[in-house]
Amino acid sequence: LSVLLPTYNERDNLPLVVWMLVRTFRDSGIDFEIIIIDDGSPDGTQEVAEQLEKLYGSDKILLRPRARKLGLGTAYIHGMKHATGNFIVIMDADLSHHPKFIPEFIRKQKEGNFDIVSGTRYKGNGGVYGWDLKRKLISRGANFLTQVLLRPGASDLTGSFRLYRKEVLQKLMEKCVSKGYVFQMEMIVRARQLGYTIGEVPISFVDRVYGESKLGGNEIVSFLKGLLTLFATT
Amino acid sequence: TMTKLGQWLCGLALLGSAWAALALAPPGLQPPAPLRQALLPLPIYLLVVFGCYSLATVGYRLATFNDCEEAAAELQEHIRAARADLRRRGLRL
Repeated sequence: LSVLLPTYNERDNLPLVVWMLVRTFRDSGIDFEIIIIDDGSPDGTQEVAEQLEKLYGSDKILLRPRARKLGLGTAYIHGMKHATGNFIVIMDADLSHHPKFIPEFIRKQKEGNFDIVSGTRYKGNGGVYGWDLKRKLISRGANFLTQVLLRPGASDLTGSFRLYRKEVLQKLMEKCVSKGYVFQMEMIVRARQLGYTIGEVPISFVDRVYGESKLGGNEIVSFLKGLLTLFATT
Repeated sequence: TMTKLGQWLCGLALLGSAWAALALAPPGLQPPAPLRQALLPLPIYLLVVFGCYSLATVGYRLATFNDCEEAAAELQEHIRAARADLRRRGLRL
């Protein structure tokens, strides 16, 4: 199993998330590697990553840094180049995604032989912590709109906590062109187009412990633009 | 395979032409009066129904959006444990 961790200014969170990942995998007996793709963070994230590499071994912690902020899609491609796992987990490095769900993803994958397992905040006992009413409303409203327009067959399209078969992720990366939230949506939509199967596992999303969360008017506008683009092109 | 937009346009064109054929037919081909009376406002009616459905659904989902209090508390605990352990192992936090 390879975990891809794109980071930007995660100096505080990175060691914590890596510690939790290592503990989860060791407790569950899962063979793993963690690939950290840092986009030239000015806050010393790369330095922390190097300490972690020394601590846990360079066979478990792989550093694949880049010079500057180049976007999530290319970070995945870059990180995957030397990934040796059969499955790839993508997640946020800011502690909003808890590694404890990864064994559940794996269980779900085996259960239905799924190509993709997607963590969902909207079903079962999935949920969020730290969102006010307005944020929740925007989230549910946007998701509703997405469901109506795209009928994607997955309940959480903008989530970024997922398990992919390696070949599936590689194939999808070739085809997806959007950025930000829409990128995650496009992955699911294209996956359905290509006939891949998607399983879901409820997850809890704990909004940023350190750092700032970002959902401004700009995000909403680009989300709508991206949604309409997907609507018209897929 | 058609795009979602294509599907919507096809569907709307089909329903639209069926409605127009029945509701706006010339006197000779009109369906019986009660049917015509029901048909004419149907598009607006369906739009309103959909609007209400949307509001109700989003409202319901908003109200039942789980708040993960325990997950947040558990995370704080794990963070404490992580920091203590990492410090012990010589990491400079």
